[in-house]
Amino acid sequence: MGNNDVIIIGAGHNSLVAAGYLAKAGRRVVVLEERSVVGGTAITEETFPGFKISPVADTAGYLSDEVKADLKLDSQVEIIPLDPIASSPEPDGTHLTIWRDTARTVKEIERFSPADAAKYPVFVERMTKIAGVVKGLLKMTPIDLPSVGLADIRAALGLAGPVLKLGRKNINELLRLLPTPVEDLLNEWFESEVLKGALAASAVKDVTWGPQETGTTFTFIYNWALSDTGLFRSASLVKGGIGELTKAMAETARGFGAQIRTDAEVKSIDVEQGKVTGVTLANGETIQADVVVSGASPRTTFLELLDARYLDTFFVRHVHNIKYRGSASRMHFALSGLPEFPALAGGETDGYLRGPIQIAPSITHLQRAFDHTKYGRPSSAPYLDIVVPTVADPSLAPSGKHLMSVTVKYTPYALRDGNWGVKGPEIAKLVVDTIAEYAPNFPGLIVDQTLLTPVDLETAYDLPEGNINHGEMTLDQFFHMRPIPGYARYRTPVEGLYLCGPGCHPGGGVTGLPGQNAAREILKDAK
Amino acid sequence: MPRQTPFHSRTNALCESQNWVEWSGFFSAQTYEMDHIHEYNAIRLGAGLFDVSPLFKYFIRGRDAVALMNRVITRDASKCGVGQIFYTAWCDDEGKIIDDGTVARLGDDFFRMTAATPTLCWLQDNAFGMEVEIEEVTDAYGALALQGPTSRDLLQQLTDADLSSLKYFRMLETKLAGVPVNISRNGYTGDLGYEIFAEPGQCEKVWDALIETGVAYKLMPAGMVALDMVRIEAGMLLLDADFHSASTAMFEVEKTSPYELGLGWMVNLKKDHFVGQGALRRENARGPATCTVGLEIDVLALEKVFVQNSMPLQLPYQSWVDTLPVYSDSDQRDHIGRATSGTWSPVMKKYVVIGRVKPQYAKIGTQVYVEQTVEARRYAVPATVVKMPFFDPPRKRG
Repeated sequence: MGNNDVIIIGAGHNSLVAAGYLAKAGRRVVVLEERSVVGGTAITEETFPGFKISPVADTAGYLSDEVKADLKLDSQVEIIPLDPIASSPEPDGTHLTIWRDTARTVKEIERFSPADAAKYPVFVERMTKIAGVVKGLLKMTPIDLPSVGLADIRAALGLAGPVLKLGRKNINELLRLLPTPVEDLLNEWFESEVLKGALAASAVKDVTWGPQETGTTFTFIYNWALSDTGLFRSASLVKGGIGELTKAMAETARGFGAQIRTDAEVKSIDVEQGKVTGVTLANGETIQADVVVSGASPRTTFLELLDARYLDTFFVRHVHNIKYRGSASRMHFALSGLPEFPALAGGETDGYLRGPIQIAPSITHLQRAFDHTKYGRPSSAPYLDIVVPTVADPSLAPSGKHLMSVTVKYTPYALRDGNWGVKGPEIAKLVVDTIAEYAPNFPGLIVDQTLLTPVDLETAYDLPEGNINHGEMTLDQFFHMRPIPGYARYRTPVEGLYLCGPGCHPGGGVTGLPGQNAAREILKDAK
Repeated sequence: MPRQTPFHSRTNALCESQNWVEWSGFFSAQTYEMDHIHEYNAIRLGAGLFDVSPLFKYFIRGRDAVALMNRVITRDASKCGVGQIFYTAWCDDEGKIIDDGTVARLGDDFFRMTAATPTLCWLQDNAFGMEVEIEEVTDAYGALALQGPTSRDLLQQLTDADLSSLKYFRMLETKLAGVPVNISRNGYTGDLGYEIFAEPGQCEKVWDALIETGVAYKLMPAGMVALDMVRIEAGMLLLDADFHSASTAMFEVEKTSPYELGLGWMVNLKKDHFVGQGALRRENARGPATCTVGLEIDVLALEKVFVQNSMPLQLPYQSWVDTLPVYSDSDQRDHIGRATSGTWSPVMKKYVVIGRVKPQYAKIGTQVYVEQTVEARRYAVPATVVKMPFFDPPRKRG
């Protein structure tokens, strides 16, 4: 049918990965992107003249090594590993820094608790083992409970290795831990509030939960499984910005013969007799193909691009009930110089600004910050995740100038009072004031700034409720329950229509995995 | 404690038996007299007046009202003219029946739906992305069913509208004893009859007028016991008796499809997509697993069973709801289905039963055996597959 075998909706990184794999397998692929640039949320743009900002996603630390190799990304982009992987300045002028090197971190922890310092290496070893099992799940096509087939059993056998290596005791530990609040996990190991805060921050960075919420150990372990650092959070940048990575993905896909069209907004997915026939663009153009792959969120795909009245009632209900509820805002600053954090300068200082800085002075601080969100209010004392990418990659800003990117937690999408038009400037001021508490010279350095609230993220990047992962990355929306139970295998109720975005397993982060997994299943169906 | 319908002050005053049951959260009279048989006779020979207010009622309005109805029900709602009523089923995604009821088209983009079970949530679930307003109006209207051969003449005394021109499954807005009402010609008795909707504050006035004028038309208030007998005579299915709702069934085996219930005529596979269409299309292609049939028990054979036990024949004095095994053979070896409700029909002098059997036994005239228990012994009593409705007087439509 027509000139294309496969239409891919959106040119986010997962779509581009899927395009790369499908084109490599000989499929005639056309990628349709609504915006003028490829990359989706993994883009880099000059929001301020001369400053290259990665407005939404910025870490390359989750990218799958296999995807990197298969799509020959290594030769096209330079990935800069960051070390330290997290620094927590404290209000009392002290700080804790976590390094890639465990021995070095142990020394840092000793300043807060010798007991914790002694346990930290054991903790790292135990968590690495447990995360290994979750890692095994990432590349698997989820099983379809309750109808498990032979293929599922074969796939599950692949998991047997890491599980057996774990040992019976640790399997029990894994099952016990997944639904546990991360604060409970950390309380079992450590006494230092500062250390617990530094570790817990990454567990709640991408979910609308506090560390006392059930299932946050899952997000903690999930991050651990994905991270390039082999620890609880990733810390890598792409030279030139994350947009370079998606540009390279697009180049690879083009190299394999894929056609990538920008400014091509898909208005509807066309279906006849339960089978996909192609798409219609906003300009009225129709493009036909037997296979359509959507990189858009499940909500956009099923409830906007498809006509929901042609889908089963239970399916629509489930899709409608997927939790998005974004609570992170992104803020970017163009700076005339480097901010100074006196608390960090007091310790082991070499290059501390190379790594992410977490304004999460204690685990209680994180929970308090979340508590506001439960009632639809932004945190009065937020948790900030700060990166000054220009330290590791000066090419992002004019000489001597710096960029700062901040993830602001928590700023709930749905506000109890007011709207983001009004609340936005208040939050922007709060962020500046909060950073100034730790870096007094910071306000004086600001040349320009921009804030993306969850509402802005939804509008600009088609992220429902401003959730950057196309659905909360929670235990109840993981694996065979992502995006919804019964449809976790990249296929949809419409024959020929597939999903490849982070709304499916294994979810968010610039991993390339949903795209790779989806491409594998699509090729399997074609056999 | 159950609630009172808008007619309760009147029904309670007349309810000598004080034999109330709960129906969808409301008090509902089983019988008004101590015995139901006068009420039964009134329905078939004069008229019976039922308080059917507990029916769940919904208004569906808006640009996509037809689209929503068409997504939910198995019939083609676009074919339902304004002022017309459809009796229809609605199914789940697997084509299993959730409920049956009526859909009345009050305007181009305005429907009224009645249901035996709460349906608001289902309507809302299916209205996703549609421009439609769904309102539950169960409490906003009291409802009466006036059923029986004299019902038209009785009703005509109280309204200026010309009821002789009101066709079967059509309705009109008029005044009854000065009260604005919606009158539709349909019912659950298989007889000539009407359903009357009025606002709660005016319900007593409507009731009083009907009862007062009804004296000359052999009208009696009638309860659920008599109603169940006449609905079986009329071959009409009862939820939780002849079938279970797919939304509350505990097990797959309890679910049924419209084809299995003899309601295949109301499944429009040609219309645009509706819930369960795919599954129903597949079922239609392969044929249903069971068929709903009318059975007439061989009363003489049943009498012999009683005689074997040195007893005179005993027939059910009122209807029963049960699941009795049905066999193809008198030895009770080959189980082919079930009998789900039955009654002795005083007006027909026949023992009629509604059941479901394997398709090869559904042909009119087929002899099957229904289990009957006499003196703690089980017998296979011959029965014949007969046409339903068992009782179908021309006046119903005429």
